[in-house]
Amino acid sequence: MDAQPLQRPRTPIPTAAPVPPAQQPGPAALPTAIEARDFSFWYGANQALNGISLVIPDRRVTAFIGPSGCGKSTFLRSINRMNELIPGTRHQGDVTLRGESVYRGEVDVVGLRRRIGMVFQKSNPFPKSIYDNVAYGPRVNGLARKRADLDELVETSLRSAALWDEVSDRLHTSALGLSGGQQQRLCIARALAAQPDVLLMDEPASALDPIATQKIEELIYGLKQQYTIVIVTHNMQQAARVSDFTAFFYMGSLVEMGRTDLLFTTPKEDRTEAYITGRFG
Amino acid sequence: MIPAMTGQRHFHEELARLKAQLLEMSSLAEELVGRAMEALAARDVEMAEEVVQGDKAVDALEVAVDDACIHLLALQQPMARDLRLITMAMKISNDLERVGDHAVNIAEVVEHLAGQAAFAEFPEIDEMARLAREMLSDALDDFVRGDAAAARDVLKRDDRVDALHESLFRILLTHMMEDPRRIGPCMSLFLVSRNLERIADLATNIAEDVVFLVEGRNIKHGAFLGGE
Repeated sequence: MDAQPLQRPRTPIPTAAPVPPAQQPGPAALPTAIEARDFSFWYGANQALNGISLVIPDRRVTAFIGPSGCGKSTFLRSINRMNELIPGTRHQGDVTLRGESVYRGEVDVVGLRRRIGMVFQKSNPFPKSIYDNVAYGPRVNGLARKRADLDELVETSLRSAALWDEVSDRLHTSALGLSGGQQQRLCIARALAAQPDVLLMDEPASALDPIATQKIEELIYGLKQQYTIVIVTHNMQQAARVSDFTAFFYMGSLVEMGRTDLLFTTPKEDRTEAYITGRFG
Repeated sequence: MIPAMTGQRHFHEELARLKAQLLEMSSLAEELVGRAMEALAARDVEMAEEVVQGDKAVDALEVAVDDACIHLLALQQPMARDLRLITMAMKISNDLERVGDHAVNIAEVVEHLAGQAAFAEFPEIDEMARLAREMLSDALDDFVRGDAAAARDVLKRDDRVDALHESLFRILLTHMMEDPRRIGPCMSLFLVSRNLERIADLATNIAEDVVFLVEGRNIKHGAFLGGE
């Protein structure tokens, strides 16, 4: 008599061992969005950055962490040349976006900042309606010719910033009537409406409550499908939660950069270890 | 310099307490193995019963260590070495709990052998017990001190225990073939040997965990990682 066939399909036994997580690729193995080469920066006589060289992969979230004054925000603002708004600053070395120097003589700084959008710690909506806040960039840059195109762009941007459902019925009321978390997402929508390539975020959730923070973090997670995101944060758990790669800055230098999962479990440098376990100083 | 984070001192005290709990647990587990072996040598059923009862304290410590680890993970969100310490502590407590169970298994063998005179000396068993206990206590010392080199030395000693287990198997087999009346007691002694071999394996696991704690390198299943 024939044996009864097995009811369940047999689980195939793998013939090759999987690649252990520790051997999976680091930031340099992915397509590069931004690269810094031996970049130094001074505020007057004070050197704030000390020969930073790193690679920021395309369409990933990269977090910069480090104690206050470590240079992480200065470096972030060097990527879209925001530091130049401060008098008496100078730099050495180079930062490239998709292989082209952002510090080339002919670079149109306004155009550069459109390609590299920025979101700040304190939300700073214009004292205008929600609609006009988002439509501001596209109008100035002539991104939408017709009213219908502009409407669509505003809606898409608000949807991308996970704000549409909360404001769709009051687009023409003042943005200042929104909650802190909503204002921050509005600023993200405003940055997205300019159709940037890269999004820089400087402590985007540090002024928000845990629920608003969680919304921003979820948003960041979703946005990396389309954008290269660089986030500066004081909150290491936040960096661990949202980022794919983390760079640790200390006293103007880059101490270590690597995959977030590895950096927070098995950092290579003692200074990183000391900082993330709170044993500094 | 950066000011220490709030609660950081408290956190480090809790980590120290966690290490102390694991040390207590391992001393107790090791003592149970020693007591079980003593009971075996003396065929002392009462002493064997002490082992069975004593294992409950190891079980309780396992629960306490796991609780402490879960609290630390939830409340402190530890990173890097602290994270590795707490996660390895959970694994080690599990391994130590198993050591207690193996001691109980040995104690239960004493009940089977009670009233039977020993028919031969088996120094291999005593040597296995000595090695396994030493490996266990060294692995825990290395855990507390964070000494990966010493932990690697523990790993090497497991081969000695395995070799003794194998040679004991052959010796017992010979006894059984010579006299079928010895099959029962020989099987019992083989069980003791098997339990001691498992205890040494658990000490090996702990030593591997120590290497991960210190170096952040997982050296388990060497073939899989193509390393050690």
